[in-house]
Amino acid sequence: MAHDKSRPLSKHREGFKSYTASRSRRNFIKGVGLSGVAVAASGCASQGMALDQEDEAMTDPEAVNKVEITLNVNGQPRKMKVLPNAVLLDVLRDDLVLTGTKKGCDHGQCGACNVHVNGDVINSCLSLAVMHDGDDITTVEGLSTEGEMSAVQKAFHECDAYQCGYCTAGQMMTATYVLNSDDIPASPEAWKEAMSGNICRCGAYKNILSAMQQASETA
Amino acid sequence: MRQFSYVRAESAAQAVSAKGIEANEFLAGGSTLIDLVKLDVMQPETVVDINSLPLYDIEELADGRLKIGALVSNTALAYHPVVKEKYAVLSEALLSGASTSLRNKATTGGNVMQRVRCSYFRDGISPCNKREPGSGCAAIGGHNRSVHAVLGTSEHCIASHPSDMCVAMAAIGATVVVKGPQGEREIPFTDFHLQPGNSPQKEHAKATDELITHVILDKPIAGNRSHYLKLRDRASYQFALASSAVIVSVEGGAIKEARLAMGGVATKPWRAFEAEQSLIGKAPSAQAFQQAAEIAFKGAVPQSQNAFKIPLGKNAVIRSLKTVTA
Repeated sequence: MAHDKSRPLSKHREGFKSYTASRSRRNFIKGVGLSGVAVAASGCASQGMALDQEDEAMTDPEAVNKVEITLNVNGQPRKMKVLPNAVLLDVLRDDLVLTGTKKGCDHGQCGACNVHVNGDVINSCLSLAVMHDGDDITTVEGLSTEGEMSAVQKAFHECDAYQCGYCTAGQMMTATYVLNSDDIPASPEAWKEAMSGNICRCGAYKNILSAMQQASETA
Repeated sequence: MRQFSYVRAESAAQAVSAKGIEANEFLAGGSTLIDLVKLDVMQPETVVDINSLPLYDIEELADGRLKIGALVSNTALAYHPVVKEKYAVLSEALLSGASTSLRNKATTGGNVMQRVRCSYFRDGISPCNKREPGSGCAAIGGHNRSVHAVLGTSEHCIASHPSDMCVAMAAIGATVVVKGPQGEREIPFTDFHLQPGNSPQKEHAKATDELITHVILDKPIAGNRSHYLKLRDRASYQFALASSAVIVSVEGGAIKEARLAMGGVATKPWRAFEAEQSLIGKAPSAQAFQQAAEIAFKGAVPQSQNAFKIPLGKNAVIRSLKTVTA
């Protein structure tokens, strides 16, 4: 379960594209002031970075505050620069345009945004993107293999395990994790408990459970 | 969400040095911090990410205690073979909390630092002495049915402590290891969380620039049986209205050792030392359990909507004691 998180910050910068600046000038100035504190305290910025950042700040006022990260999303390394407060869910949806992952409550209460990080299902709305530099992330787009749906996806389809479909991506990410877990017993009672963080307002729970049963038999 | 600066700490010393002032926050799993920053209830200037620190291990010490790294996830801790075998009450408590995905995020140190679920604390507007000292407490006389306490309250704050894990740790007995600018020190678990008193904004015995690095569980009681009973409005994925963590060993028909802590009903993970003492040497019986429950809730103060927690909490204590002595 635990993995080695002691990776150095990547210093490669090629291929970076500027973000569209969206903050006000006031916020920008405030941000610059604070970023000096962070860089000084962290000591994790290379000496050459400050100069590069000045250049970038000409075209992207937020660049000075950004942190370079690489997310390995569905098997593809995606190098980018993000603001410290960029939430993993928003980066996946808005920057990487992987819109299968849904924003529900945005507070870790509904499970619609669930993705896998290094094999574990988590709520992407409660993660900063900067926390996941170098991590392997699987979204619902990564469940299928060469266009072939996974056993869980097929079972959700065949068992009609949804109505509106908004929670479905999160349901399938948690279901996939639960069915692969060595710790969670393979029983409908244990599955109900393990799936309780994924809310379905349409109430498709019965069919979600049927889908998990079917997927567990075909997997 | 508001802007903040970000520091990825590469060592505990660097984390402590970067934390410095009160307005900065450590970031572990993020399930409390990011939630509350989105609500603007927590307003960090700098977020100090500690996820690169080597605090992911669970280690059995030579003296029989169990040393848990602050970054061990709730899932990893709950399913660890030693925890399942020797500290079943902790495994049960962890698995009764939150959801599969949140337990994968939430860490041991983070759960110790979990903030209260009082809606007046979380709304960012209402009077709340915890969020804004001196502003008052909207929960007193307001909506206080589910996440407010009957034990350890004050006229300034009545929010209950939300953690299940901490209730089990209080019962087991544990030590919180913190690292600060002056070095490392150990704080007994039952002293770590503070009752609100006159300063509900001060929640812990650790200083603002001290980092939790480990929690060390006491050596398990020989021959014990343990149980965590959690009572709530839903069957799953809900905070406790009342909970009871019990650890009991019986020898020759009499209770030899007993540990009892309660959750959902108190402003901190509530160890009931006096109630434990009342059980020692007695044969397990309905009468003995009833007496322990009465002692455990002695001095309980009901609020306008949560008086039901007193009988509910007593019944949780009684039923959990029955379960481990049946």
